[in-house]
Amino acid sequence: MKLTLHVWRQSGPNDPGRHERYEADDVSEHMSFLEMLDVVNERLVGQGEEPIAFEHDCREGICGSCGMMINGVPHGPKTLTTACQLHMRSFRDGDEIWIDPWRATAFPVLKDLVVDRSGFDRIIASGGYISVRTGSAPDGNAIPVPKDNADAAFDAATCIGCGACVAACPNASAMLFTSAKVAHLAQVPQGQAERWDRVLAMVDRHDAEGFGNCTNHGACQTACPKGISIDYIAQLNRDLIRATLRARPVEAGRDA
Amino acid sequence: MQLNSNVPSGPIAEKWDKHRFDMKLVNPANKRKYDVIIVGTGLAGASAAATMGELGYNVKAFTYHDSARRAHSIAAQGGINAAKNYQNDGDSVFRLFYDTVKGGDFRSREANVYRLAQISLNIIDQAVAQGVPFAREYGGLLANRSFGGAQVSRTFYARGQTGQQLLLGAYQALERQVGAGTVELSTRHEMMDVIVVDGVARGIVTRDLVSGGIESFTADAVVLATGGYSNVFFLSTNAKHCNVTATWRAHRRGAGFANPCYTQIHPTCIPPSGEYQSKLTLMSESLRNDGRIWVPKDAGDTRRARDIPEGERDYYLERFYPSFGNLSPRDIASRRAKEMVDSGHGVGELKNGVYLDFKDAIARLGRDAISERYGNLFEMYQKITGESPYETPMRIYPAPHYTMGGLWVDYDLMTNVPGLFAIGEANFSDHGANRLGASALMQGLADGYFVIPLTIGNYLARVPKKPIPTDHAAVKDTEREVKEKLDSLMAVNGSRTVDSFHIELGRLMWNACGMERSREGLEDALRRIPELREEFWRDVRVPGSAADLNQSLEKAGRVADFMEFAEVMCHDALTRDESCGAHYRVEHTTEDGEARRDDENFAHAAVWEFRGVGEAPVRHEEALVFENVQLSTRSYK
Repeated sequence: MKLTLHVWRQSGPNDPGRHERYEADDVSEHMSFLEMLDVVNERLVGQGEEPIAFEHDCREGICGSCGMMINGVPHGPKTLTTACQLHMRSFRDGDEIWIDPWRATAFPVLKDLVVDRSGFDRIIASGGYISVRTGSAPDGNAIPVPKDNADAAFDAATCIGCGACVAACPNASAMLFTSAKVAHLAQVPQGQAERWDRVLAMVDRHDAEGFGNCTNHGACQTACPKGISIDYIAQLNRDLIRATLRARPVEAGRDA
Repeated sequence: MQLNSNVPSGPIAEKWDKHRFDMKLVNPANKRKYDVIIVGTGLAGASAAATMGELGYNVKAFTYHDSARRAHSIAAQGGINAAKNYQNDGDSVFRLFYDTVKGGDFRSREANVYRLAQISLNIIDQAVAQGVPFAREYGGLLANRSFGGAQVSRTFYARGQTGQQLLLGAYQALERQVGAGTVELSTRHEMMDVIVVDGVARGIVTRDLVSGGIESFTADAVVLATGGYSNVFFLSTNAKHCNVTATWRAHRRGAGFANPCYTQIHPTCIPPSGEYQSKLTLMSESLRNDGRIWVPKDAGDTRRARDIPEGERDYYLERFYPSFGNLSPRDIASRRAKEMVDSGHGVGELKNGVYLDFKDAIARLGRDAISERYGNLFEMYQKITGESPYETPMRIYPAPHYTMGGLWVDYDLMTNVPGLFAIGEANFSDHGANRLGASALMQGLADGYFVIPLTIGNYLARVPKKPIPTDHAAVKDTEREVKEKLDSLMAVNGSRTVDSFHIELGRLMWNACGMERSREGLEDALRRIPELREEFWRDVRVPGSAADLNQSLEKAGRVADFMEFAEVMCHDALTRDESCGAHYRVEHTTEDGEARRDDENFAHAAVWEFRGVGEAPVRHEEALVFENVQLSTRSYK
């Protein structure tokens, strides 16, 4: 099939950027979307032009590197599918495709379709873990975890950190990302000790990074290639309220 | 080249304990005075950085990804082995050790493997405590499944995303240390070279992949956790960016490269669909627990799978290997699949695959049970091929997947260059000539959480503390060489793309040094690789600038190193004049087509010394001594 692409080209953070038009001929329906871009890039390099910069790595939908707006939709038209797993059988001969980077204040564009998502790492660093020193763990079967809890924690833990939720949200909120980690760790017994501090710290960091807040549009869960549910945001909010109101242990011996 | 494995004396079960007592320790208050560089943030690198940060070392970690969570460990599907014996089915540390040595076709170092089996117990505990959501039974206890090459159920798993969950556990532990300030993490920084001062590794030179800036970092020790080199074949199951550059650069600086020809072909990947194919997707080996592999008995049968009656199907693995059947080890399953396709029994449009059929398992266990076990794999398969494995059998074919070879290391995981360590897939130590399924995650985490954090202290406590200023001559020289190489790549300005060279090299390597190797094919490859490399340096085109985010330049540097590395791989395959594990020389087979080892002449690790590009490398040997496992012919019949 033949396609017309309009691709966002931006040489660096300070370049205003613009769409460039490219014709993609001889596209096979068995190609992945990124393989289609590879073919376009090979041609561009052949012509001495700079190829379109885009992030990708595993190309099997798990590393979370790839991500772009395809006709205004994060990762393109197929639900529960990353751009690398999207295949050209989802398009038709003659289609025009508009390709843009994630758009969010907290995800500045570095080049073309490449954005800076390091805010996600800082949210995790603020509390998205269970503090367990290597070597200090009890036997793996010492703490039984009911299968339902383990499965629910797993569902939340499948987030790949791609940023589609932020790109889809009219507020550019990263609440789906943040809540998935909060919900994962709040649903296992090992995560209870730090449960309340964790949610407070992660939400603080989320806000400080410049992500917007959640106003329940639900666009994030539609865009999420891993099917992370917006229910986790409700769970985060419940934990956040309890954490804010909770009675803290009395700290003895402090000077008044 | 001095190769002293430094294996502790004493009975194998006591070596690690004894060594931990004999090792020198760094006093807790002194640890923060030591700088340790860790390159790579996959399972091995992230777990090492997190643990050394906790211990108090001053850790500088580097990844070329935008986040530590992207490393290719994330894509491991099936599981992680541990000798917990929770199933009470006869497992033990010794059995895991034995299976791993046997699975590696008696080409690994006993002491390292035994330690790995011992530590496997701690890894599961550690991951559970971090909140890794392993699969559980209804009683709330951990579930297990069986895996190729083992007759016990010792594999722990998190649906088909075990690598993801374990990596996120290690990544979160790492980010915790970043938050605590013990680890300084540089993302989007690619290691370009190792800085060696007076024969000792003292730092690295990196390229900032956003600004193009070349920077040097010095330290008291350097740890490479940079994965494997399957992408030398271009088409492999590895992520697109996986490369040999870090270990190859270390090799050029004097580190021995051990057994580069040991590359594993994974039996269950989705066959290519056309010329534009950019990588191959693995379908977890765990599928072989419930799937049955078959081809039509009649070569040239073009009927759809469902139209081929039971009597006209050849379940060849069950036929050849009645006791292991569909769970026979990877190398054997791969070669048999190739044999079927080569003899015209292949299936699919391009007749380039074999069937992996779940019909019987679905009838026996129900669709829900199968979906619970493999749901995400089935979805992934359907996304790529447009076919549902619930309705029609999967098509699979072998693909390069994991590399057992790597930098030579001693028992402390140190290379022959003092101060330079290699962990995880980047070293050669534990899997011999073939790795068993669910053992890569185990090794990465064993090295990172439990081995290197201790053994590095044993090194640091013995060497004098002497800081290296970043304007030291060795630092400046290395920086200059890195810049010169980048400039010369930019300056070629030829007519061919980097990928076109990589594809050509990959095809050459797959044909000559892939699933089957022959003297003739390898000698031919050794003539053609230098020609291709010469053409690369004469005609490659790298657009853009070196002082910018330039993905073509990144690729060019990595392919340039593959062009050098491919040669030593072929030298290794040629001089290892036997078959063993995944290294299959057509000249050395048994009557029924299995690998035939030559223990008298080849019970050693081959360790290569670099002598210059285009110069013949020098082969050294580390003899492998088997005191606890009887050398025998692998039989899975």
